[in-house]
Amino acid sequence: MSEAISVLNGATFDGFVSIKEAGLRGMISVRGDFAAASFTKAVSALTGADFPAVNEAKFAGDYAILWMSPDELLILCAYENAQADADKLAADLAGEHALVANVSDARALFAMSGELLREALMKLTPANVSEDAFKPGQVRRTRLAQAAAAVWMLEDGSVEIMCFRSVGDYMFKLLCNAANPGAELGL
Amino acid sequence: MSTRLANGGRLLNKSRALSFKFNGRNMMGYEGDTLASALLANGQVMMGRSFKYHRPRGVVASGGEEPNALLGLGEGGRFEPNQRATTTELFDGLVSASQNHWPSLEFDVGAINSKLSRFMPAGFYYKTFIHPRAAWKHLFEPIIRKAAGLGAAPKDRDADRYEYTYHHVDVLIIGGGIAGLAAAKSAAAGGVKVMLVEQNAHWGGRAPVDGAVIDDMPAQDWIDATVDELSALDNVTLRTRMMGAGVYDHGYVTCYERIADHTPGDGRPRHRLWRIRAGHTVTATGAIERPLSFAGNDIPGVMLAAAVRDYAVNWGVSVGDRTVVVTNNDDAYRTAIAMKKAGLDVPAIVDARPSVTSALAQEARDLGIRIAEGSGVAKVLGGKCVVGVEITSQAGEGAARETIACDAVAMSGGWSPVVHLWSHCGGKLIWDETHSHFRPDPDRAPLGDKGQAFVTTAGIASGAMSTVDVLTDAYAAGKTAAKAVGGKATRKGAPKAAAEDEQDMAAVWLMPQGAGYDLRSKTWLDFQNDVKVSDVQLAAREGYESVEHTKRYTTLGMATDQGKLSNINGLAVLADALDKEIPQVGTTTFRPPYTPISLGAITGEARGELFMPIRQTPMHDWHVDQGAYMEPVGAWRRAYTYPLKGESHEEAVNREVKNTRENLGLLDASTLGKIIVKGPDAGKFLNMMYTNMMSTLKPGKCRYGLMCNENGFLIDDGVVARIDEDTFLCHTTTGGADTIHAHMEDWLQCEWYDWKVYTANVTEQYAQIAVVGPNARKLLEKLGGMDVSKDALAFMEWKDGTLGGITARAYRISFSGELSYEIAVPANQGRAFWDMCLEAGEEFGLMPYGTEGLHVLRAEKGFIMIGDESDGTVIPQDLGLHWAISKKKEDFLGKRAQLRGHMTDPDRWSLVGLETLDSSVIPDGAYAVEAGTNALGQRSMIGRVTSSYYSANLDRGIAMGLIKHGVDKMGDVVEFPTIDGTGSVIKARIVDPVFYDKEGAKGNV
Repeated sequence: MSEAISVLNGATFDGFVSIKEAGLRGMISVRGDFAAASFTKAVSALTGADFPAVNEAKFAGDYAILWMSPDELLILCAYENAQADADKLAADLAGEHALVANVSDARALFAMSGELLREALMKLTPANVSEDAFKPGQVRRTRLAQAAAAVWMLEDGSVEIMCFRSVGDYMFKLLCNAANPGAELGL
Repeated sequence: MSTRLANGGRLLNKSRALSFKFNGRNMMGYEGDTLASALLANGQVMMGRSFKYHRPRGVVASGGEEPNALLGLGEGGRFEPNQRATTTELFDGLVSASQNHWPSLEFDVGAINSKLSRFMPAGFYYKTFIHPRAAWKHLFEPIIRKAAGLGAAPKDRDADRYEYTYHHVDVLIIGGGIAGLAAAKSAAAGGVKVMLVEQNAHWGGRAPVDGAVIDDMPAQDWIDATVDELSALDNVTLRTRMMGAGVYDHGYVTCYERIADHTPGDGRPRHRLWRIRAGHTVTATGAIERPLSFAGNDIPGVMLAAAVRDYAVNWGVSVGDRTVVVTNNDDAYRTAIAMKKAGLDVPAIVDARPSVTSALAQEARDLGIRIAEGSGVAKVLGGKCVVGVEITSQAGEGAARETIACDAVAMSGGWSPVVHLWSHCGGKLIWDETHSHFRPDPDRAPLGDKGQAFVTTAGIASGAMSTVDVLTDAYAAGKTAAKAVGGKATRKGAPKAAAEDEQDMAAVWLMPQGAGYDLRSKTWLDFQNDVKVSDVQLAAREGYESVEHTKRYTTLGMATDQGKLSNINGLAVLADALDKEIPQVGTTTFRPPYTPISLGAITGEARGELFMPIRQTPMHDWHVDQGAYMEPVGAWRRAYTYPLKGESHEEAVNREVKNTRENLGLLDASTLGKIIVKGPDAGKFLNMMYTNMMSTLKPGKCRYGLMCNENGFLIDDGVVARIDEDTFLCHTTTGGADTIHAHMEDWLQCEWYDWKVYTANVTEQYAQIAVVGPNARKLLEKLGGMDVSKDALAFMEWKDGTLGGITARAYRISFSGELSYEIAVPANQGRAFWDMCLEAGEEFGLMPYGTEGLHVLRAEKGFIMIGDESDGTVIPQDLGLHWAISKKKEDFLGKRAQLRGHMTDPDRWSLVGLETLDSSVIPDGAYAVEAGTNALGQRSMIGRVTSSYYSANLDRGIAMGLIKHGVDKMGDVVEFPTIDGTGSVIKARIVDPVFYDKEGAKGNV
């Protein structure tokens, strides 16, 4: 069995914020009817997390549920368990109209931390990431420069940034460039 | 001559001297100088040559409106042409050079144009270079090109970094003069998020220079106190060196921040383009002084009156020892008074108004300054510098009454509010008779999504001309803005200024009003583009009645300053020539940016390795390490071929395709789109998406499918695998993955919203590796883990399992005609699987092959490629793919369209194979012709080549093409003229497109 290797193999950068490729994370894409109790229950049962409202991320241990669209969620879990978890959820939802797909390998994931991380993000995303508009437990699907991305804020105020695997290299360079010392906004 | 004064210079830090260079000469200045003030301090009034006539030109203004003092700044990777000296902060080591002259600034050969100016009137180029036609391309254009453009283009790669910042604020206030500060106070008091930006490095605008008194304080004290007060507020952001560049729909505003222009190489980004969403925007953008139109008003030493004052007060620089002030309004008196107080001589104030009795006039008289009422300048004397002025009656034709020796002229034609940002998004203007200017019409503001005004002007930008009115208007503007975004309206009163008693100005558009042709043809409107009063009058006589047409004919206002000084004067002259009122003539359009912004700022971070995202497969690094030649496919880079040492690309491709057919090839096919389609209605949905029947596909099986748009044209193809009763996996082309996914969602969300289908694009979840060739099965068996025998995994079947310990889905599909498997493994183990194949495949003669090999192999089998055989105008029937178009289905996307007359026309070109008679390769895209000509007299065309390759396996050129009645002409020979200039023709025989292994024996093992 070969080791799975994330796209940048844990690269890091220290600028005016710290950036780290966050390594392997289980990700399960789920689509279904948010109004159906059977659907929301199955998702919460798997994760132990509350069902998220619009633009919310709900965390519970290794798990998180991220709101992606009115009929799409992303479940975060341990990488090793992703396929088993996806299979379990699919089984729980058997008979429902829903789609469950393990997409753990389709993504690159970055962690960004530091007091000025909003400033680094502001250089890249047109989304409002000010303190009034983007808080812990919120997720935004947006773009960072020219690549599609999702950004969510953890309870400790750091953020995780997800993009497609194929542009992981671009994203890392982009984040490093935005975090270059001397480019602080001083807001 | 200009020089540094012993006293004055409120912006200077005289304890820090800076050295800089101008045209190779070393000069000294102080911290706080602009390049313009430092040049003046060094006696350099002349700073450039004009564009058309190469006339000597000196600095005329002190801010962003400057038309003349455009210099080349910096060197090498930091060289930039056309930088305004007036807005360039001086720094130690600055290198500058004047432009548009040869061989030198002082002596310029091009100045001969000025002598010829009577022969080069408005529209000269249009009139002169029309005939003969051929001369334009070969003679006139090359010469004009060489003469065109002020500065030289940089040659080196830009050494600096640039970036964007996206920001969201409730109220954005543009302009940090006293109006902007007052507006910020009231907006901030409303409890909303406020951002105040100022283009210069310091706050307060020109109020301290003009001696305003606010809240019983000198203006500077009030400014300092207000900035301190605002800085202490959490809801206010203040930024200097940041210009409001453009106002757009939905409260979108771009601002241009010059972070490191004055500290080059300090590691900070040079410029930053702010892209701001503002709930409401306040433009406190001030006003610009207008020049007066008299003969010789472009001679170095003739400047705007306020600029002369600015240089003295702000930077302790005198433009001349003897300054004649020419004006039609009171404000210029402040310049005369400031000069006098600085110990300089003011021989006269020449005022066009018949009688002047205001307080300022009295103050000037008290200082002993002579005021020549009802007078004007007939002409300025001098060439490269002012030596005197001839004074005349404003009412007359220019007969000199007296000559006054002087070395500077300070002119003022009144003030025009800066309405640019107000106007960018549709704010309208009204003509103000009293002040002879256009000002914003508050009843016709730029409107937002709910029909609400989203821009408010403040201060003199509104047309408020006294300090009292400026502060009242600006404070109210801040309140309006706060209220517009849901804040509260403060009850505090506006700052109060001491009253100023000023006499009304007089409208003066030509000085003297009856100036004859000789004077008018030396009276400049647009300094940078050399447009004179006589040019605009000529345009009017020639029928250019629209101001927009006159602008383009004369080039008035088309230079890099966009007519900031010349527009109002120019259109007043035009109105007069057309015998119309000024508001009837109107203004030209105001477009962003307010002043030029750098291309670097517009580019942001998108340069070098961040120019665009390049998509990489999990095996990308291996391809690159291997020395593969990479080609763009969509946003991906794919290996085109893997040349061995000393091998050409062609040789490498030939080796790869032969080896694949004889032994074993390995292809990185990860870029192919993979879309899961799931739900009870998935089969029904795919029946609509594809031309063939997908609902009948059995789980475990694959089917090749074609996708058309609703116009019937082929848009994509690929293999569909049925995973289970409810689930399909659709493969798309590399470039089609995202668009086809969006196409599916479009139909599902907009048309068939009640169908139970979900899709997911899982393209990047898998590394997909094609194992191709006679030894393919041997390799997979060696890796072990699943049965891939003919019986266990037949052609067009798929199976889940493991290979070499890695979870894998094996599809037995072939795009080459060989025994072939495509193995999908989790992307994070893709590289490991690839390496495993390379190692295990060695004994089977494995070699990787690239996209060109893939193309040759598929062409040998007559397989079509989206983008080669299709181009958006091709339907599957053209390609002989009738077998893939279901006749049983009631409907599919494109079905109706394919029944239309043009689609069923027997004359449509159809796909055939082409075999050259001499075995050569036909150029890709070559046209097939027949005898005769078409309706346009062109050679009759009957088809074209869609794919053409050298086939190493067949040792000949093979091609496919679309030929009129092609399928009915098997065996015929068609002709393809070459375009290499030899007139030669390539002959090819029409054949079946399957060139290799027609019976399909090789894959059937």
